[in-house]
Amino acid sequence: MISGSFAFYRPHTIAEAVAMLATHGDAARLVAGGHSLIPMMKLRMAMPDHLIDVGGIADLKGIKRDGSDWLIGALTTQAELIADQALAAGLPVLRETALQIADPQVRNCGTLGGNIANGDPGNDMPAVMLCLNARFEVTGPGGKRSIPARGFYHGAYVTSLAQDEIVTAVRIAALPPGSAAAYEKLKRKVGDYATAAAAVALGLQDGKINFCSIALTNLAPTPLWAEAAGQALIGRAPGAESFALAGRLAEEITDPSSDARGPAAYRTKMGGVMVRRALARAALAAKT
Amino acid sequence: MNKSVNLSINGTRHAVTLDDPRVTLLDLLRERLDLTGTKKGCDRGQCGACTIILNGRRVNSCLTLAVSCGGAEILTIEGLAQGDVLHPVQAAFIEHDAFQCGFCTPGQIMSAVGLIMEGQAGDDEERIREGMSGNLCRCGAYAGITQAVRQAQARMNERERTGEAA
Ligand SMILES: Cc1cc2nc3c(=O)[nH]c(=O)nc-3n(C[C@H](O)[C@H](O)[C@H](O)COP(=O)(O)OP(=O)(O)OC[C@H]3O[C@@H](n4cnc5c(N)ncnc54)[C@H](O)[C@@H]3O)c2cc1C
Ligand code: FES
Ligand code: FES
Repeated sequence: MISGSFAFYRPHTIAEAVAMLATHGDAARLVAGGHSLIPMMKLRMAMPDHLIDVGGIADLKGIKRDGSDWLIGALTTQAELIADQALAAGLPVLRETALQIADPQVRNCGTLGGNIANGDPGNDMPAVMLCLNARFEVTGPGGKRSIPARGFYHGAYVTSLAQDEIVTAVRIAALPPGSAAAYEKLKRKVGDYATAAAAVALGLQDGKINFCSIALTNLAPTPLWAEAAGQALIGRAPGAESFALAGRLAEEITDPSSDARGPAAYRTKMGGVMVRRALARAALAAKT
Repeated sequence: MNKSVNLSINGTRHAVTLDDPRVTLLDLLRERLDLTGTKKGCDRGQCGACTIILNGRRVNSCLTLAVSCGGAEILTIEGLAQGDVLHPVQAAFIEHDAFQCGFCTPGQIMSAVGLIMEGQAGDDEERIREGMSGNLCRCGAYAGITQAVRQAQARMNERERTGEAA
């Protein structure tokens, strides 16, 4: 399988990459790890005339703290997310999620920026970003802007990113003290995309849930933030009854397709199960 | 538009002129440099038959554009043995019958070498299986592969401890 032909560029700065995007318009695409885009190009589902490799841009790399926020460069690979000790201690759900993506070879190349910008509902990081209320830092010809993840996804492969913009980093605020997050993914085999998956974050105070956010992977054309399901748990005691309620409310907003991973009704139910499991695990890890 | 890239492959420097940026590292190795030990299974990142070590990390060469790899250090299956002396992972694969048809084997061996370099698997079969999950084997030699990786790792650790050359 060989892709359509293209001209290749490897800029060294964000400004150069943006200028190339602006020059070549819709005929240009960025490539980072290439592990979503190159297969699509080989299948001729994507046929850019100009391919701009961002792999040489040093400013897109690195995991930093900015005050209490995490600032993670778009080029950070899934393997780097897994290996970072500070991140594993401070925001372990990113490591946990990265470990559920594909296999070690893919994780050595696939980047966080590519995973969130791709817009494939099967990607795992977007739901985690909705759950954690992350912001995507973006640069275009007009300068920088910051887009909330919760307003970024509009349809399969349709996002708020303009054609001439590049995602430079992901900004994630620290969770409220004592709260914990979890990602539960059902897949047919190791390395598979999700049949259904749920990202949750949950906080407790005096034995009651005082903070809860839930998001879903691969259960609609976009990742879903299940706002009502999370809100419904505020003030309730953690436990099977509350988690089942959240699972039911989350199921209500899903719209999966029937495919090789199962009929739509099954995938919806599994979405509820993933929400329940993730909540139970987060509640155990959260400190009152 | 020709692009030239300098690569080090198994310790030998190559200045490669690419007449087409579409050439993957896999096609460069197999079709242009006659290094056909690296195999093409799916050509889309799913099987691991094309696994090589690129700058110290195992990657699927079928999804890596050669033109992106300027200055890279590459290790392929051809670079493992020292003359007639097999690499410990190669020797362990033979000892444990870790293959049947052999098609997936170069990728399995390179992946095992990468896993051992990462130093994450320990002596735990479950972690070895997870660490080798990017490599499919249609002959189902998984049981032997797991044992081979475990033994090669133990031997390499032992050699490191006793200071014996690999
Ligand atoms: C066998 C296999 C299994 C996989 N399984 C999973 C899985 O279970 N879960 C999962 O989430 N993913 C999975 N993936 C996808 C993998 O995680 C990809 O690497 C990831 O989705 C995209 O990252 P990338 O760096 O490879 O992006 P690329 O393929 O390089 O790019 C993807 C898209 O994002 C755009 N893009 C990339 N970087 C930027 C940027 N900085 N700014 C703006 N746009 C950008 C590109 O233009 C392109 O449209 C799998 C891939 C393979 C091959
Ligand atoms: S040939 Fe590269 S992963 Fe299958
Ligand atoms: S030995 Fe035949 S595919 Fe693995």
